[in-house]
Parts: sequence; structure tokens; C-alpha cells
Amino acid sequence: MLVVAVLLLVVVLGFAVARPFKLPEAVAAVPAAVIAVAFGLVPWRDAVDEARELGPTIGFLAAVLLLSYLAELHGVFEYIGDVAARRSHGRPRRLLGAVFLAAASVTAALSLDATVVLLTPVVFAAALRIRARPAPHVYACTHLANSASLLLPVSNLTNLLAFAASGLGFAAFAGLMAAPWLAVIGVEYLVLRRFFAADLAVGAGPVPAAAGPAPRYALAVLAATLAGFALGQPLGVHPAFAAVAGSLALAVPLVRRRLLTLPAAIRAANPAFCAFVLGLGIVVLAVRTHGLGRLVDALVPASPTFLGLLAVAALAALLANVLNNLPATLVLLPAVQHSPGLLLAVLIGVNVGPNLTYVGSLATLLWRQILHARDAAPSARQFLRLGALTVPAALIAAVTALWAGLHIAGV
Amino acid sequence: MCECQGMNVLVWIAEGTWSAATDAAARYTPPGASLTLLHVVDPALAAEVAGAWTGLLGRGHRDTAPAVDAVAAAAEQDLLAAAAERLTRPAAVVSRRGPAEREVVTACTELGAELLIVARDGDRNHLGPRSLGRQTRFVVDHAPCQVLLVWP
Repeated sequence: MLVVAVLLLVVVLGFAVARPFKLPEAVAAVPAAVIAVAFGLVPWRDAVDEARELGPTIGFLAAVLLLSYLAELHGVFEYIGDVAARRSHGRPRRLLGAVFLAAASVTAALSLDATVVLLTPVVFAAALRIRARPAPHVYACTHLANSASLLLPVSNLTNLLAFAASGLGFAAFAGLMAAPWLAVIGVEYLVLRRFFAADLAVGAGPVPAAAGPAPRYALAVLAATLAGFALGQPLGVHPAFAAVAGSLALAVPLVRRRLLTLPAAIRAANPAFCAFVLGLGIVVLAVRTHGLGRLVDALVPASPTFLGLLAVAALAALLANVLNNLPATLVLLPAVQHSPGLLLAVLIGVNVGPNLTYVGSLATLLWRQILHARDAAPSARQFLRLGALTVPAALIAAVTALWAGLHIAGV
Repeated sequence: MCECQGMNVLVWIAEGTWSAATDAAARYTPPGASLTLLHVVDPALAAEVAGAWTGLLGRGHRDTAPAVDAVAAAAEQDLLAAAAERLTRPAAVVSRRGPAEREVVTACTELGAELLIVARDGDRNHLGPRSLGRQTRFVVDHAPCQVLLVWP
């Protein structure tokens, strides 16, 4: 049974990485989940429970994806790029500081997807506008998309999954993760400054003209939405509702100006991705019930001592690199659900870990290497070197900060 | 007086150091020299932007590399135009795609350059070979012609 379940998981992940004929990943994940249920790998009732547990999380995810897409239509990201370029006064080092601030805030508030998809291209263009070398700034974005996604439940899908399982409140989650978040950003900044010293030491470029008007309405709605995440929950309002309300508030003026259509909004919420997560969740459940669960339970330390937290974070980082961080989170969560400390340490591992291999998993790395073997391949060496320099240090710094925070909070 | 009449000079235009290289070309090459401004875009960076997207498992297919390449190409034209204007002498313009250090060395061979003008970069606060940027170091070591290394 375990062999069949693992095979299903391999097929689902392999398909998601290879994407034959550019088909959506759900094309493999959903049938695989159906097979798992039909052949009794997962009891029907457990599958329904899993779907019911994942449902609100996936809804939340869709709302956050939509929110950042609408923010882009309002010109929020373009504005961030303009402000970063102008604040830099043409100096590469100052631009790096501005990019760190932008990438850390966008990742925390609007999730890593927003940083990767919407912010990184804007930062690339901003660097070129002041005639700076773009590499340090682009790497800052792609690195922080992962490592700065520790702060809020909305920052990363892995956090959303853990948040639903943890029983922690939105504010408590953010409170415990604030110190690890800052620690990781600090490590990334020091390493990147040193790593790209030659590119950053060159002279200043032109100072761009003043940025266009701030998209005040959109920024205000985003701020209100964030406040809604934190304040709504004690009143029994699921954060997903705040995200939906924020999306509606952003959508109305766009619809009025005919800048937004329903199909575009649905595409932005990415229903295929939501279906993929659901299918993956059920397939991972099958793998867990047939043996992997016991193995993981045996590997995971029982209590959140400093070494226990570090071991869990390292294990999570390893799994995130072997599997990808999404299945890694689904595999590990049930084993650490009993302890908020261990659960947050898992998140540190699965969020910071992906910076170690090229794009988050060995499978993806190998696949890309094969794809690029023939043309003049962009070498992954620089990324790997940077990962080796930042990830271990960031993991240790974040776990130390988490451990201290847990002690102070008395969790 | 001048055997260097018609001398083939390649000027490496890179972000952050382009103005120093251009000024050196205007100042240290004879009036009859044939100047070529060279800029290199490394497509690895666009692949990096697209790769980060690929790393987000399950989000569907979107190839961002062409859009990023277009931005890089527009910025390159802008930079080369600024350098040509600053030079105030006629110059040919060449742009290449690949790892910058390799492309500069190859361009020297292909264009038969007799002199390569490079503006130094690097972290001068630390002693040692790293006080020259990695790519600049490679070019200085491997260029198949005379190299004029100038300070920005």
C-alpha cells in the first residue's frame, strides 16, 4: 500500500514539475486523490475531513492571490518600484536597502507569490533605471520571497496550512514569528551585501524623476485588510473574510473603470492551484497513513527544547529541498501539531530551506538542469553558493530567535 | 607618428562603471582609433526571475523570461546610447548575450581588438584579489589583447 501511495505522490509532484503540454498541475493531483480514495488508500471519511480542513485555508489563499493581483492593477507594485528607485538616489547600496524593505513587507503582507510574480520584475526594472547592476536586487527579491515569508499566516501557503492546524491566533502567530523574521532578514542582508560587494561598490547612477501619485486608495485598503486579519479573529471572523472584503473594495473601482473582468479575477484566484493543493493534501494523507507518518513521528523530537527546535527546522528544510516545501509541510504538520513551538520551527525550515537548492526542490533543480543542458545554460552555481551561505545561518538565527521568544512568552 | 592609427579598441560598457570606461576611451585613444562599445546582458538573471516562479509548485505555467528580457534589452539600448553620447566620437555598438566575463573575452577575439578598456569595480576596502570584481578579474586575466584598466 505504501508503495502505491508513494508512487501516486511521485507522479503528482513529477507532473507538477514537468508540466507536460503546459497542463495545470491539478490534472494529475485530482485524479491521484480520487484513485487514493477509490482504492481505499485513504478512507472516504478521512478524505472528506481533510478536504473540510483544507477548504477554508484554500479559500483564504485564493482571496490573497486575488488581493495582490488587484493591488497590481491599482499600480501598487509599480509605485513601490518607483519609490525604491527614487529613495536610492542612484546608489546601488541604498537601492538594496529599499528593495529589502519592499520585499520583506510585500512578502509578509501579500505572500511570497506577490513578491516573486509582481515585485521582482518591478525591482529588476528599477535597478536598470538607475543603471545599477540588477543581480543583487533580483536575488534579494527571490531570496526574501522564501525567507521573509515567516511573519504572518498569509505570507506563505505553508503558514496558512500550519496556522489552521495550530490553534494559534493571528496576532499570537505574528508575535512569535516577528523575531525569527527579523533575524532571517538580518542574515540575508549581511550575506548579500558581502556576496555582491563588487556590484554594489560601483558609483551612483542617475536619480529618477519623482514617482507618480501614490495609489492611496489601494494602499489604504491593503492596510485595512491587514488590520482586519489581526482584529477580526478575536471577534470570531476568519481572516479569509477580511481578504475577501479587501478584494471587493479593490475590485469595485476597477470594475467601474472597466479595468477588471470576471474571467481575469477568477484566473488570478487560480482555482486550478487550489484544486492542486486539495489533491496533494489527500495524496500526502495516503502516504502518511501507510507508514511515512510513523517514520516522521519517530524522527520529530517530542519537546521544543533549543536542540529539538533546531532538529525539526533542519528536518523540515531537508524535506523541503527533497520534496518541495508544500508536500513537506503536509507531511510534517500532523507530527508537530501538539506543540506550537515545534510547529513554528517546521515553518522556519520549510520557508527558509528552499533557498538552498535552485528553486525549492532537488527534483525541480534536476529537471531544470536537464532542460537547460543544451542551450547556453544559465548556471545555477551562483544561486547554490548564495544558498549555502545564507540558509544554514538563517535557520540557526531564526530558531534561536524563536526559542527566545517562546521562553519570554512562556509558551 | 602613429602606428595606432586605425587601432581597434573595445570598450566594455557595464552598469555602474560605464562612464569611466567611456571617458578613458575618449582620453587615451588616438583620434583615428576605431572604437566599439560593448555591453553584455547575462540571460541567467532573467532565467532567475522566471525560475523563482517555477519554484512555486502548482501555480500553473507562466514564462516571465521574455518580458524580463525585453526590459533588459530596452535598458541596454538606453545605456549604450548614453555612452555613445558621452564619448562624442563615432563608435560602433555591440551587444551580446551570455556570462559577461566570457562574452567580453570572446568579443575581443572575434572583433580583433588590440586594446580593451575596462573600468575597475570591486570592494576596495579589503586587500587582496577580491578588490577587483569577479568578472573584471576574469577579463583582466584572460583578455587576448592589451587591457587598459581605469579607475572610476
